[in-house]
Amino acid sequence: MSSRGSFTVAVASGKGGTGKTTVAVNLARSMGAPVTLLDCDVEEPNCSLFLDGRAISTRVVGIPVPEVDGSLCDACGECSRFCRYKAIVSVGSSPMVFPEMCHGCGGCTLVCPRGAITEKEFRIGTVELSESGQVTLVSGRLDVGRAMAPPLTRAVKEHLDAGGINIIDCPPGTSCPMVTAVRGVDAVILVTEPTPFGLHDLELAADTVADLGLEAGIVVNRAGPDGSDIRGFARGRCLPVLLEIPDERRAAEAYSRGEILVDAIPGWRSLFELLCERTAALAGGRGTVEAGQGGKRGPG
Amino acid sequence: MRVAITSQGETQESMLDERFGRAARILVVDTEDGRMESIDNTAGVSASQGAGIQTAERVAGLGVGALITVHCGPKAFAVLQHAGVEVWSSPPGTVAEALKGFREGRLARLGSADVATHW
Repeated sequence: MSSRGSFTVAVASGKGGTGKTTVAVNLARSMGAPVTLLDCDVEEPNCSLFLDGRAISTRVVGIPVPEVDGSLCDACGECSRFCRYKAIVSVGSSPMVFPEMCHGCGGCTLVCPRGAITEKEFRIGTVELSESGQVTLVSGRLDVGRAMAPPLTRAVKEHLDAGGINIIDCPPGTSCPMVTAVRGVDAVILVTEPTPFGLHDLELAADTVADLGLEAGIVVNRAGPDGSDIRGFARGRCLPVLLEIPDERRAAEAYSRGEILVDAIPGWRSLFELLCERTAALAGGRGTVEAGQGGKRGPG
Repeated sequence: MRVAITSQGETQESMLDERFGRAARILVVDTEDGRMESIDNTAGVSASQGAGIQTAERVAGLGVGALITVHCGPKAFAVLQHAGVEVWSSPPGTVAEALKGFREGRLARLGSADVATHW
């Protein structure tokens, strides 16, 4: 049984390579309760590299793309004028379809005055489920050559456990894939590093989650003696610094072997247990007990 | 024959625009009487995606028999082929030089795209 209630937290960052997956995986491992970990970085899902779990299922995900019945089409061009992504284009006697450009909105089927357009499924990737201890991992994996991440991200998020604890590993950046991943969560952990790039992109990510009206806190990875810029930024924005992960060689070594830090480094489990408590408090409200009372933990 | 040419400017002294989909302008020249019109392609330049497809659709709608450009990607080429527009590749230079090369048979007609998507 969980003593932390139910909540959904997204682990995001502006800059890539700051440690989102490290934080997400270690947080999941330290929760001491059943956790659903959703890898929404569908262009390069990598949580599974650290959680070598037992495979449960794989589901193919597609989007609806147009199919034109040439015998009904009179080449009026309405579909082509409607499609801002140029996935369907009217030249000559009947339209051409570029399924890899399609966002699956279905607009062309609605505007076609002759009912010549139907939809068919176009594969974009898979959602894989596996189990590792108390962690259920849901990984979205976009097929090579496909560019449409958000529909697959939404398919991953269909596996959110409404009554449990969910951790979402987001893609980097602040564009559609990241926004799709963080939308609707209870709180966002913004992972950054004490570098000028780290701070610059942290600002972009903080602005994005603020625009979305989401609670947020900061985790500083590879923290050294000089973290004053990030602490100053956090104070200015009233964002709590939830954790500073020390910059230690043994952490890099464990990471490079695909090990989970809280399993590999003595003492680091309590570091992430602290993050679990602060995260639950930040995500707040929904049945969460106060930080400090979540002491009874399973073997992880 | 009416011929479309991707151009950075509005005259035949302008440099060819080497990119097809995001070319600044399309010049249409009638090779018989030399008349020319200049078509703005801002929509292609600023397209979020599908610039090649969109510009190919525009060129197909101009009623030209041939297109002269420098490079042409796979989706644009497919649309132009579907529309029956020949695609000719010119070395970089001015529009006038490209037209001269076309008239004298010195340009290469493309049988497929010569660059990958998003080159």
